[in-house]
Amino acid sequence: MASLRSFLRSGKNAVSVVLRREFSETSPAAVQVNVRDALNQAMDEELERDERVFLLGEEVAQYDGAYKVSRGLWKKYGDKRIIDTPITEMGFAGIAVGAAFAGLRPICEFMTWNFSMQAIDQVINSAAKTYYMSAGFQTVPIVFRGPNGSSAGVAAQHSQCFAAWYGHCPGLKVVSPWNSEDARGLLKAAIRDDNPVVFLENEMMYGVPFELSEEMMHKDFVIPIGKAKVERQGTHITLVSHSRCVGFCLDAAAVLAKEGVECEVVNLRTIRPLDVDTIEASVMKTGNLVTVEGGWPQYGVGAEICARIMEGPAFNYLDAPAVRVTGVDIPMPYAKILEDHSVPQIKDIIFSVKKVLNM
Amino acid sequence: MFPSSPHHLSGLSGTLHAPNAQAASVVVSSRSYADFTPEATFDIKKVDLHRLEEGPPLTSTLTREDGLKYYRTMQTIRRMELKADQLYKQKIIRGFCHLYDGQEACAVGIEGGITLSDHLITAYRAHGYTLTRGGTVREIMAELTGRREGIAKGKGGSMHMYTKNFYGGNGIVGAQVPLGAGVALACKYLGTDQLCVSLYGDGAANQGQIFETYNMASLWKLPIIFICENNQYGMGTSVERASASTEYYKRGDFIPGLRVDGMDVLCVREATKFAADHCRSGKGPILMELQTYRYHGHSMSDPGVSYRTREEIQEVRSKSDPISMLKDRMLSNNMASVEELKEIDIEVRKEIEDAAQFATTDPEPPLDDLCSHIYANEKSFEVRGATPWTKLTSHS
Repeated sequence: MASLRSFLRSGKNAVSVVLRREFSETSPAAVQVNVRDALNQAMDEELERDERVFLLGEEVAQYDGAYKVSRGLWKKYGDKRIIDTPITEMGFAGIAVGAAFAGLRPICEFMTWNFSMQAIDQVINSAAKTYYMSAGFQTVPIVFRGPNGSSAGVAAQHSQCFAAWYGHCPGLKVVSPWNSEDARGLLKAAIRDDNPVVFLENEMMYGVPFELSEEMMHKDFVIPIGKAKVERQGTHITLVSHSRCVGFCLDAAAVLAKEGVECEVVNLRTIRPLDVDTIEASVMKTGNLVTVEGGWPQYGVGAEICARIMEGPAFNYLDAPAVRVTGVDIPMPYAKILEDHSVPQIKDIIFSVKKVLNM
Repeated sequence: MFPSSPHHLSGLSGTLHAPNAQAASVVVSSRSYADFTPEATFDIKKVDLHRLEEGPPLTSTLTREDGLKYYRTMQTIRRMELKADQLYKQKIIRGFCHLYDGQEACAVGIEGGITLSDHLITAYRAHGYTLTRGGTVREIMAELTGRREGIAKGKGGSMHMYTKNFYGGNGIVGAQVPLGAGVALACKYLGTDQLCVSLYGDGAANQGQIFETYNMASLWKLPIIFICENNQYGMGTSVERASASTEYYKRGDFIPGLRVDGMDVLCVREATKFAADHCRSGKGPILMELQTYRYHGHSMSDPGVSYRTREEIQEVRSKSDPISMLKDRMLSNNMASVEELKEIDIEVRKEIEDAAQFATTDPEPPLDDLCSHIYANEKSFEVRGATPWTKLTSHS
């Protein structure tokens, strides 16, 4: 009311003053948050919201996290809720699942998903299958999280993508965020979910900033698990991807737009359950499909998407066979030039699009 | 604690009483219950200790009430397992079936030393524990026959039965041990007085994840009782052929350990009470090795005589049977009559018969249930069937 009066009194100058004052009185519309901080804030808020939530893993407490994702949490919540474990994945993953059986809501961090292979029996046989085997008697509200897929220069044993392996298994939810909005909303959703969730982060994305709106910064902002997002509307071809490759698809789309090709970019967000409906609707609109992933081609995420499109209504709308862009079918080499040629690059996406569109 | 009766038994009498020539139908006790000794104290075998100054007491006082309860429960487990053997041979039970007969004193003695608010987890030889943890014979047998009224609605089978504070029934050897430590962590985290009993066999005792669990349980002082049920054989491999050290109660290294006669329900009970006190006083984990024996082979597909002699099995049966041991103690101390125990036998037999009848006539689960229980608290969703045209639905 006061601002309106001052506007009417002072004319034009007052308008800009009023507008400026209005902006400074309301909270900023958007903030820049990198993926690491988005994950950190999500965990912090969920730890505060529910006392049963706790985090365990190697270096998560006093070291602030091997990749600093859990920075500050131990200082705030202490030993009871942020637990450093010895280097014993099978043991601590089993302990985490047992804690979930008994009513807690653990977040079990694998320093990278490569180390989950030591514990994979606990993830699959103890966590994923138990609700089914017990006919709904025993829930397992656990989140397993950590960086997945290729990094930079860490070689073969530290670079594998596990989306296909875990995505294969009923009883699990498998989530693969790309940006900060995804990281925040999906991690909150995962922690609040009463089922075992495999949360596949990406180390190369941790330091990348994205804009988060006020709505996204709300402490109850969650993104539904199992729903893909169309990041970019397009008409000529659908690009389906997850995690870091979503960014490459958007970059490729920008280059292709200059040549008159409009790509629709679909960010899966969730690997299981797969949002086939969104993919099908997009393919039925564009008539062409290229999938893009960092993992190996054989029996991978892209293979599943192509099979589903074949089996569903969208097949009849395809103008050309669907095609996959993937990591090269080799263990990851170390030398930079070799590593660069082991993963899908933007030029590979552009090349594939042009091939599919017969350009 | 010591009753007025002068009858103390040291050890056990080896032979079974010859069955009385009593009519099986109506049995009338010739004495009134007031004539029975209300409780008696028995000497029990000394327990071997590891990193402990003192162990459980060398005597155990048994009330008549508890004695009858333990007798009934052990007999129920025994007869239930033997019935399962029968049904398996008739192909009414299929797949894996790992029987517990011979080991009854372990399950019953452990339960005698804890309460139902405590937690327990074991491996796949789990039917006895499903019963002691609150399951009924009916729902256990119906699960074995894969029917809709089974304790897991036919979805789990022999190895995957659950009740309140009982986390199965676990098929992967050793995996249940870290799970049990996780349950113990939850007990400590939530500030309850509860503990978790985490069982494994002599075969599992060499699993790496168990040593990982010993380490974390000790570091974090978790209220967990590790129990190794050493029945001398991991499937077809004797303990000497599998373990460089067969002193399983010492394998926890920095964890205090007890080696206990697992055929004596009172021994097991006293040791469990001792272990439970240790945990509840905040001292952290403790390890019990129960020396026990299984009469059956590893599972129903193992006759159990290629790696051990029939003489060995027969010797254990005649000298160390847990049910006979308890029966002899009670009869010799006038804590029950032969007729009374026979009545219990008859009741148990009837319960098992009725349960078996139910388990063979109850219908199989409905096909609607095929895809249910994938996710908890989720609205229904479509599940892909064997073909792209088969659309099935999952309910929580």
